[in-house]
Amino acid sequence: MTEYEAVIGLETHIQLNTNSKIFCSCKADSWDDPPNTNICPVCTGLPGVLPVLNRKVVEKAVLLAAAMHAEKIAPVSYMDRKNYFYPDLPKGYQISQYDRSVAKGGYLDVPMPDGEMRRVGIHKLHIEEDAGKTVRQRDCRWIDFNRCGVPLIEMVTEPDLRSADEAAQYLIRLRQLLRWIGVSEADMERGQLRCDGNVSIREKGTAVLNTKTEIKNVNSIENLRDAIAAEIERQIRTVEAGEEVKPWTLDWDDNTSTLRKMRSKETEADYRYFREPDLLPVVLDDSWREEILKDLPELPLERRQRFMDEYDLPQYDAEILTEDRSRSEYYEKTVEAFGGDPKAVSNWMMNDVLRMMREIGKGADELQLKPDFLASIIKAVVDKKITSNTGKKLLEKVEQSGRNPEEIIEEEGLAQVSDDSALRPVVETILAANPEQVDAYRNGKETLIGWFVGQVMRESRGKANPQLVKQILEEMLNSE
Amino acid sequence: MKQSLSDMPAHVLARAIRNGEYSAEEVLDAAINRIRAVEGRQPSLEQYELQPDDRDKVHAFITLTEERARKQAQKVDRKVAEGKDPGKLAGVPFSVKDIFCVQDTPSTAASRILANFSSPYTATPVQRLETAGGLNVGKVNLDEFTYGSSNESSAFQPPVGNPWDPSRVPGGSSGGSAASVAAGECALSLGTDTAGSIRQPAGFCGVVGMKPTYGRVSRYGLIAFASSLDCPGPVARDVTDAALMLEVIAGADRHDATAAVLDVPEYTAGLERGVKGKRIGLSDDYFMVKYPDPETGELVEQPIQPEIRERVLHAADRLADAGAEIVEQIPMPHTHYGIPVYFVISRVEAASNLHRYDGVKYGYRHPGQVEELAELYRKSRGEGFGLQPKLRILMGMYVSAAQYEKNYYQQALRARTLIRSDFDKIYDPEGEYRLDCLLTATTPTTAFEIGQVYGDSVLMQYADLLTVPANHAGIPGISVPAGFDSNGLPIGIQFLGHDFDEQTLLQTGRAFELATENEDWRQVKPAVLRGLS
Repeated sequence: MTEYEAVIGLETHIQLNTNSKIFCSCKADSWDDPPNTNICPVCTGLPGVLPVLNRKVVEKAVLLAAAMHAEKIAPVSYMDRKNYFYPDLPKGYQISQYDRSVAKGGYLDVPMPDGEMRRVGIHKLHIEEDAGKTVRQRDCRWIDFNRCGVPLIEMVTEPDLRSADEAAQYLIRLRQLLRWIGVSEADMERGQLRCDGNVSIREKGTAVLNTKTEIKNVNSIENLRDAIAAEIERQIRTVEAGEEVKPWTLDWDDNTSTLRKMRSKETEADYRYFREPDLLPVVLDDSWREEILKDLPELPLERRQRFMDEYDLPQYDAEILTEDRSRSEYYEKTVEAFGGDPKAVSNWMMNDVLRMMREIGKGADELQLKPDFLASIIKAVVDKKITSNTGKKLLEKVEQSGRNPEEIIEEEGLAQVSDDSALRPVVETILAANPEQVDAYRNGKETLIGWFVGQVMRESRGKANPQLVKQILEEMLNSE
Repeated sequence: MKQSLSDMPAHVLARAIRNGEYSAEEVLDAAINRIRAVEGRQPSLEQYELQPDDRDKVHAFITLTEERARKQAQKVDRKVAEGKDPGKLAGVPFSVKDIFCVQDTPSTAASRILANFSSPYTATPVQRLETAGGLNVGKVNLDEFTYGSSNESSAFQPPVGNPWDPSRVPGGSSGGSAASVAAGECALSLGTDTAGSIRQPAGFCGVVGMKPTYGRVSRYGLIAFASSLDCPGPVARDVTDAALMLEVIAGADRHDATAAVLDVPEYTAGLERGVKGKRIGLSDDYFMVKYPDPETGELVEQPIQPEIRERVLHAADRLADAGAEIVEQIPMPHTHYGIPVYFVISRVEAASNLHRYDGVKYGYRHPGQVEELAELYRKSRGEGFGLQPKLRILMGMYVSAAQYEKNYYQQALRARTLIRSDFDKIYDPEGEYRLDCLLTATTPTTAFEIGQVYGDSVLMQYADLLTVPANHAGIPGISVPAGFDSNGLPIGIQFLGHDFDEQTLLQTGRAFELATENEDWRQVKPAVLRGLS
């Protein structure tokens, strides 16, 4: 029985989050806009127009290349014309980069679920402009030019991935990185991250590259995983049946979860690449390069490791806390303000704070519950100034009001009562009011202690120190 | 009185209007009258049939924009009345080669494929002329998409006639520009020069035409032919007017990444500096046409028309009298590569620049039903493009095809640097020649008859041999009238200069004007104007 391994490469198109398009001043994102409302003479390829390169596009490309550990970031790169005909390509050519692109080489280290770290090589990174959208309706092709000229980075991996899961992991990590360094929102459902997969199989242990198929039109990471998995199986079946794998282009239909062979949509023409004469070479001198790279932050996995090392956190915690950059920065600021055990902060964040964030739909940088405030609350609980329940409720109160928790504790008298002499009378009152339960307890129903504690807590409007209350109750109930 | 307003130089008109001597509307009326007198029937897309009047008239305009010009004139007059500055070109009528987009006017590129295209925006150089108070009287005819040197290939026929003899071509592709200025239909025209398309028609029509340094004038709004060669530039009746117009249109533009970010000198200041001490070169390579024989492939040499050569040498003498140092036998060994290199490079860029005319977004779309997309493209482009665009596309596709581009396109790019190096050597301040400019003929022949050369693509192309090197090298060039041949046809001489040194060319041209201002030939008027009251 032959064992096969899959050989997968991914081609991603990343929509940059600049304000403007790449060659004109229309806005870059118009996902929600009605068709043909975000256009101008330049991006619709009117006669006589000229492109002017948006510098921010170059800056984001260089930042990404550095974050991907590019082997070479070109000091001079060139824009080229890629000539072909299609209705949503208004100029009849796409301005892209052919042989002298912004960066070459590089890698992304992707942690796999099994704990292994897989290094995925990057072949090439280049800048290009997006085309428009075609919609087929009522026997017509309708063309929307809103997306023409949106800045893209195309990044092609080496065929280093070996399973559908690995491919999914790569995209997850890439998306995290893109958001982390602020070059793209990378939301696949809004077309900000597009991915085509190239899939081939070979006998395990061989190093040959067989015919590959291309999977297109996958609009989520899950769908990509499913599509690649399905294609690997299909290729294995094909080969086992003694047939050849043909270099098809496949379309994933997520309604039926099947792959369909696509008709090739462009003329299989020679693109006749030549240097774009309307644009100057892109010159990245040392001072510009330095200015761009000074904004390169500590990368997600680096930070994850540092949290594990510096804060003695388990990988599970560190992974969640570094899921996005603002969350990781929030965590660190809280730890700094708290001054105590970082694990305590981690616990609070991973449970209650994250849950609240999900419920109200806010990111860590949008919270009114600032790191200082969270640190205060945690401190108050740890110091037993308030109960842990009170602390949890305080999270919401601070988030809603934006006020300092210490103020709220003061105002609403939320401080925990730990004074023995203040608690005893309350306990006595409860015991006196509930003689049947007292008898039941003394006759062996010891689980009633929880109920008694609850009653005292209620009587004290939650402010009693529950451990102390329990102690006093036990003392009183166990004596005669 | 009305007649002479139409023949006044722009700089005189503008000053007079600012002083309140004439009104801009008066000037406009004179221009309209002149246009009516000399134009003849309006060109159209109809199948062309020669009519008796055709060969007596100019037919420079595709679209007259009298309304627009009148509004502009009224605005100028209002400003003058209010004591406000009406602009450097206040009340000066100008025409625009219909290769530039002008808002809300047909911008056709003289092609069926854009005949119905009304532009939503205005090209930068046109905007600058209008902002300076100029009166935009209309869009003038050209070779379709600027592909040609005779104005015969326009989809709008009859073709433009040379005002000195309307049975002859005005030159091209800026034929309408040169003819409209020569005939006094306007004082200035905005043309484009890709291989000589301003200078050659200026030479044929006895007017001044300048190709500025590549990047001196913004190309935004210029329907592209060859993006690395196209230069918008002035056509005028004298050098001072050309200088004034260049001042207005030149300069950086945030819509054009290839427009030089360099200050624009006041070209009209210091025009009378003269040529004392200037080193002006003469090259034997520019007194002949060298081309490969179509049968044998051997390089053949043919001298330029002798009367033209005589005018160049006469000019050299006059300039020497004025204090210039004439340096002869300047070697320009790569001159003859100019046309073949141009064939290749311009076609590659042109074929790509024409991709956008696909019938999808604007312009002509095949009206019938089609089975598939490729059919829509084929029919729209097949029916919309004339012969010349088709030839360019075929050639461009061929020489940039993956299997051929190394031998053609890549090779042409290299040869282009050799053409440039000829100029670097002669202009090098530490070199052997240290020239300020080179003096040459503008064209190898004077204006030929309509229909005589068209159809012989290669011979037509070689008409640009003396002008195209400047486009490859990027340097500026100017053609000024220098006399007539024995048929009474204008002869132009050309000065080629250093990068961004339009100043020297204008000063030298002006010095030549002054040195020859009393020569008899300057009194002769174009044929279409003789007999006008």
